[in-house]
Amino acid sequence: MNKLNFLKPDRQNLNTYLYMGSFLFFISLFDVFLTSFFKINITSFLPSTLSFLLPLIFGVIGLHLIRIEFSGIKKLDLINKNINTNNFNAFLTLFIIFAIIKSIPPILSWFIIDANIAGDTKEACTGSGACWTYIKIWLRRFIYGMYPNDLQWRINISFILLIALAFVGYFATERLKKFLTLYYVVIYPIIAFILIYYLISGGSFGLMWVETGAWGGLSLTFIVSFFCLIFCFPLGMFLALGRRSTLPTLRYVSVGFIEFWRGVPLITVLFMSSVMFPMFLPEDFFMDKLVRVIIAISLFEAAYVAEVIRGGLQALPRGQYDAAKSLGMGYWKLHILVILPQALKLVIPGIANTFLALVKDTPLIFVVGLLELVGMLNLAKTNPKWLGFAMEGYVFAAIIFWIICYAMSRYSQNLELKYKTER
Amino acid sequence: MNFKARKIIPQLITVLVVVLIFGFFTFNAQINMDNRGIQFGFGFLTQESSFDVQFSLIDYDGSHSYARAYLVGLLNTLLVAFIGILISTILGVIIGIARLSPNYLIERSAAFYVEFFRNIPLLLQIFFWYFAALRALPLPQDADPMLGVFYLTIKGLYTPSFVWENFDIFLYSIIAVIISIIVIKNYAKKLQENQGKQLPVLYISIGLFIILPLITFLIGGVSLDFEFPVIKQLSTTGFIYEGGLSIPPELIALTLALSLYTATFIAECVRAGIQGISKGQKEAAASIGLTPNQVLKLVIMPQALRIIIPPTTNQYLNLTKNSSLAAAIAYPDLVLVFAGTALMQTGRAIEIVSITMLTYLSISLAISMLMNWYNKKIAIKEK
Repeated sequence: MNKLNFLKPDRQNLNTYLYMGSFLFFISLFDVFLTSFFKINITSFLPSTLSFLLPLIFGVIGLHLIRIEFSGIKKLDLINKNINTNNFNAFLTLFIIFAIIKSIPPILSWFIIDANIAGDTKEACTGSGACWTYIKIWLRRFIYGMYPNDLQWRINISFILLIALAFVGYFATERLKKFLTLYYVVIYPIIAFILIYYLISGGSFGLMWVETGAWGGLSLTFIVSFFCLIFCFPLGMFLALGRRSTLPTLRYVSVGFIEFWRGVPLITVLFMSSVMFPMFLPEDFFMDKLVRVIIAISLFEAAYVAEVIRGGLQALPRGQYDAAKSLGMGYWKLHILVILPQALKLVIPGIANTFLALVKDTPLIFVVGLLELVGMLNLAKTNPKWLGFAMEGYVFAAIIFWIICYAMSRYSQNLELKYKTER
Repeated sequence: MNFKARKIIPQLITVLVVVLIFGFFTFNAQINMDNRGIQFGFGFLTQESSFDVQFSLIDYDGSHSYARAYLVGLLNTLLVAFIGILISTILGVIIGIARLSPNYLIERSAAFYVEFFRNIPLLLQIFFWYFAALRALPLPQDADPMLGVFYLTIKGLYTPSFVWENFDIFLYSIIAVIISIIVIKNYAKKLQENQGKQLPVLYISIGLFIILPLITFLIGGVSLDFEFPVIKQLSTTGFIYEGGLSIPPELIALTLALSLYTATFIAECVRAGIQGISKGQKEAAASIGLTPNQVLKLVIMPQALRIIIPPTTNQYLNLTKNSSLAAAIAYPDLVLVFAGTALMQTGRAIEIVSITMLTYLSISLAISMLMNWYNKKIAIKEK
């Protein structure tokens, strides 16, 4: 048997090092696992600091011992390459593994084991974990806001219709494909507006009128982001074209507009729309709160969209402009047929980011008194019957928003791949 | 249509539309203000404000003017922006580098952090920290001291405060250190260009930073004392800490949420910047015998910074603008103090909202000018 050099493990005594190292490593994992899951401390006879740090020391030594270059064992080499390149890395690896093991039991017990969902009063929540009863009881309010319970089918139907109509593009035949852009840019928004105006707002065809102040919850989040998304995109496109225009007045107006909106926070824009904007309108002219908010957010986001599209326009080589012009195309033809399709393809990630920011900005409409999901949470939290469940509400909203935003960013990545053309 | 008309007509239409919209607005505003009997003007700024602000960096109470209230709000906003930028930069750089780590676990946890925090609305995060996380903290009388002197309670964080004597001398010494470091740096650069000698600038500057202020303590008459927070009973259940520095929970929640949120974006900028440097650069630098540290310092970072700085500037601007969400948890920033309370009291919507917006515009412009200047300084200098 060769001499063992513990400071420099090598291939000669591969098995000895391997057994010792993995034994130490698993002992450290086992210790942390026991303390965290079963509250058993097998090293309790040691001083508390040492007992706390022991798994870390054991783990680092263990990982040090199994760090053998070109060991010939595929899995070991893979581990060494990925999580165990040097002592510092080994330390960080252990730290992360321990943190995960330690955080599983409290999270699990809060979310599931000690949580309550049965019953329908606050008293039903007896465990130390989350009180999902609160979410269950308030779910209707979180989704529909103050919208009357027996009229909520109207929101459901309009949303189902809108989603169904959005998928028309998948079923269009070749002959109709060329009208799809027209459909999505002009017809679809008009249908959406009609649906929301006549079905959700009501007031005609024998449907009861529901004022916008009663709208709220997640459905309001969707309505606001949907309309802002539709309005801000064309507006931003025109602003981007204006900023790139050779005509000085057009350029200055666009630059001024874009820089103004980009320089101020959204919350002041909403303040403006609620307190300052009515001063600018004729006295007998009434504009609904929701409409004002949608206009404000659209103008605000349009400035950001414009900058993103401008990036795409600038990235196109001059040759594209020259080639299109040499074919005798005018300004609009050139942009619609040649420049914009390529530029928009380039900026898909940027636009997706802007839309994500828009969705994440919708909770700000609480400033004007409209309560979407986060606003409803704050309202529910102050209800005297349900005090003390802020955490559950925020976690619930965070999960919902996270799913929406993550799905959107994933979709944009797909879109980017789909439209990626060789250039 | 001839060529000239094609250029002039769209411009004329634009100007006309802009003038018409502005004219329409001013006309209506005039009528509306006449009807309500308000005169447009900024005279109200000198009037007595008669409202209190719970947290302010400068001396302020209800007897001061609205202009002073504005200043209080502005300073509070700048404070949040400053702390937020500092923390988010440090955090963002660490996480951005961690995302490039060869260690699989570190890379994944950094990615998890980024995906997690940037897909949740900032307002929700602020609410979470303020209403859920910080409300779970102990009451002042039950708080255990951290490191013996910090008290983290439901009413905020209490830390020892510095009590300086002859603070101005200390300040002068710091200024002297900074100036001498710049001089030494220039001298070292010249020395290297002319004679090829290298001065250990970093060690000299660290030494200066320690020695000069120390001298002021020893012979300059500067002294530093700590004032520790001490708990005091107001009534049977009411306790507060006196002395020391108290940081309100609103400020903690706001800076925490802002930094954690913005750090994800800065991390992505940093990652993109470092990834944008081609591998050949690293290999070329290593092949001429530079140490890994030198490769990072002399080759990678100067190039990566060029890619990192413009988008990071944008994030700083976003952070500053997002700090206006403070109004949601009643941290007295510019929006809450000025566009909120002052507006409610005076009813001067147009003046106050425009001042607020102009202020944010100027802050944005100032930050972007500063960063543009820095960007120009490190840009490629082509000969």
